Amino acid sequence: MIKTWFEKFADNTTGQIIFFAAYVVLTTLGLFLLSDSVTAFLILLLSLLILYYLKLNIKIKWALGLLIIAVLVPFAASQGSSYQSFMDVGTLVLIYVAMSLGLNIVVGFAGLLDLGFIAFFAVGAYTYAIFGSTQANHFMPFGHYPLPGDTFWLFIPIGAIIAAIFGILLGIPVLRVKGDYLAIVTLGFGEIIRIVLNNMNKPINITNGPMGIPSIEPPRLFGIAIQNASQFYYIALVIFLFAIYIATRLEHSKLGRAWKAVRDNEIAAQAMGIPLVKTKLAAFAIGASFSGMMGSVFAAKQMYIDASSFTYLESTIVLVMVILGGMGSIPGVILGAAVVIILNNQVLTDISNTLTQLSASGVISVPDALSPAKMQRFIFGILLVVFALYRTKGLIPHKNRVFNVSKLKREAAAEKNKYKDDPEVEGSES
Amino acid sequence: MNILEIKNLTKKFGGLTATSDISMSVEKNSITAVIGPNGAGKTTFFNMITAVYKPTSGDILLNGKSLVGLKPHQVCHFGITRTFQNIRLFSEQTVLENVLVGMHQRLKSHWVGTLLHLPAITREEEQAKVEAYKILEYVGLEDFVNESAGNLPYGAQRRLEIARAIASQPKILLLDEPAAGMNPKETKSLTDLIHDMRTRLNVTIILIEHDMKLVMEISDYIYVLDHGELIASGKPDDIRNNKRVIEAYLGKEASSLG
Ligand SMILES: Nc1ncnc2c1ncn2[C@@H]1O[C@H](COP(=O)(O)OP(=O)(O)OP(=O)(O)O)[C@@H](O)[C@H]1O
Ligand SMILES: [Mg+2]
Repeated sequence: MIKTWFEKFADNTTGQIIFFAAYVVLTTLGLFLLSDSVTAFLILLLSLLILYYLKLNIKIKWALGLLIIAVLVPFAASQGSSYQSFMDVGTLVLIYVAMSLGLNIVVGFAGLLDLGFIAFFAVGAYTYAIFGSTQANHFMPFGHYPLPGDTFWLFIPIGAIIAAIFGILLGIPVLRVKGDYLAIVTLGFGEIIRIVLNNMNKPINITNGPMGIPSIEPPRLFGIAIQNASQFYYIALVIFLFAIYIATRLEHSKLGRAWKAVRDNEIAAQAMGIPLVKTKLAAFAIGASFSGMMGSVFAAKQMYIDASSFTYLESTIVLVMVILGGMGSIPGVILGAAVVIILNNQVLTDISNTLTQLSASGVISVPDALSPAKMQRFIFGILLVVFALYRTKGLIPHKNRVFNVSKLKREAAAEKNKYKDDPEVEGSES
Repeated sequence: MNILEIKNLTKKFGGLTATSDISMSVEKNSITAVIGPNGAGKTTFFNMITAVYKPTSGDILLNGKSLVGLKPHQVCHFGITRTFQNIRLFSEQTVLENVLVGMHQRLKSHWVGTLLHLPAITREEEQAKVEAYKILEYVGLEDFVNESAGNLPYGAQRRLEIARAIASQPKILLLDEPAAGMNPKETKSLTDLIHDMRTRLNVTIILIEHDMKLVMEISDYIYVLDHGELIASGKPDDIRNNKRVIEAYLGKEASSLG
């Protein structure tokens, strides 16, 4: 009975829109009124997942989704004292989604396991940090630094390009190795980048070494300095949309097919005319560029960076997002990144805070060591094991594109067809 | 006219000589068979033509131009594609996508154009899909368009390999045991397909096959390898009656066919 009700619902577009609108209005109001409630925030975000599963026209879905993330979420969250912290989490989600979309190109599409992916994020972050602070004065023979915040916008594409160059630099030596060896070499690469960044303060001071780079200029737009999370949220949102656009466009393009062919069978892919080196390098470069762009945003948002933000653990977290969400699945990876960041930065910290309050008021006593925020890795570990055992393809598994067979058939019948005997057409051919 | 000339081709794996001093010439638009017992070096021979292996010595000339030293994908660009003895489909992807990959080198679209949403590229993609569908119809797989390649029955997988290979519009098509694992009915329709491809697609076909009935029926010319050496070559009738071949490989089977 439930099933037939469900099927009816799936066919009823108006019904779905009404249901969804009601949900969104209620949850938006809920967050608006309860202002600081994390639960209300999460329930509102859940609307995006519901939207994904509704059977609506894809353009309507995008319009509704954009409305929710660009207008309703910021609006509903704006009332309480947690506004900036909600938006901070939102910005982080967008940053990490873009990065996992990049890693998904490398790991999910092209099948190249990369354990040092955070290096490209670091490269993007340091590029803006160095020139957006006084740091560049230490080694640049010309110019005055920091560059004004208006130049930040240039550093988004510059970050992308420099990260792409590093992607190619990593790719060239790495393409000789496969599988486990590839994973180890990329892991090493990630660590080398971090260690080099951490030590480039002598003989020439380029990165200020372990001291990190402070006082990074905030971006400026029309003379306004961008300093709040609620403002960075929109920068990250634009890049995030750009990343989704690139990833979805490429997935079903000639290059996307080449990536998957190389992943599924290198020898056959080459025999079909796919150049191995070029195809893999393209994956490394394009994947890395997503991280590079977000690196610049990260540096500007933090206003201070050092190499400790780019450890091996960070690479693993991005990889967990991809695996948890579903390798090769763009909606999956987006969900995976959102779940990990929200769990990490919102849910676990929130539960910990509540527990601390309860212990402080003497209701219960939880030893500090058991605070959920400290068990982050433990919880991720369990999640990964559970997924590896029971849901190997992730939260939203990759689905193959479904071609419209009757349309293809119709079009094939309408055109001339050299694979078929058709006296009329053959006559006109010669 | 000879489209392909093989000159003294030798491949050594350490101490093992997989093929030794093989020469042959393949006439344009012909069907040539390469036969021989297991381990004779047939697949190794194909692997050298398609640059999977680099020959230890010797030369491979396509219309007089040497292919030795090229990368595998370049050999495809020069107009040679193949199928594989141990099926190598992109098994997670759909049947139609497999054929689209076969069209890779013919599609001009650059990924930057894809991102810019250039109308020419959208059009090219649409045409490619329709053409891929036509090819699937041609090999009789039009009912499996959206199926994952790995889920197809064995015979259908072999046909899909052929579909994928002809999608690149090759001058020469190499088929490595296309009938392996097929029942007699499937083999019969495969025979028809090979015949048809030769005339319709204007392609030169070289095939490795153990099914002697099929080989004798469709080949214009046959080369016989044994232990890496070319022991005989000729028209099907010559091969059928060649004493060395009968000894090495065909045995009683040949006389029963004769
Ligand atoms: N990469 C390799 N390394 C070492 N030896 C190899 C390699 N490839 C093939 N050989 C050897 O070369 C010889 C010829 O093998 P090949 O696969 O060409 O035979 P074949 O004629 O295709 O046989 P079959 O009919 O069984 O497919 C065999 O002895 C095989 O073990
Ligand atoms: Mg073989």
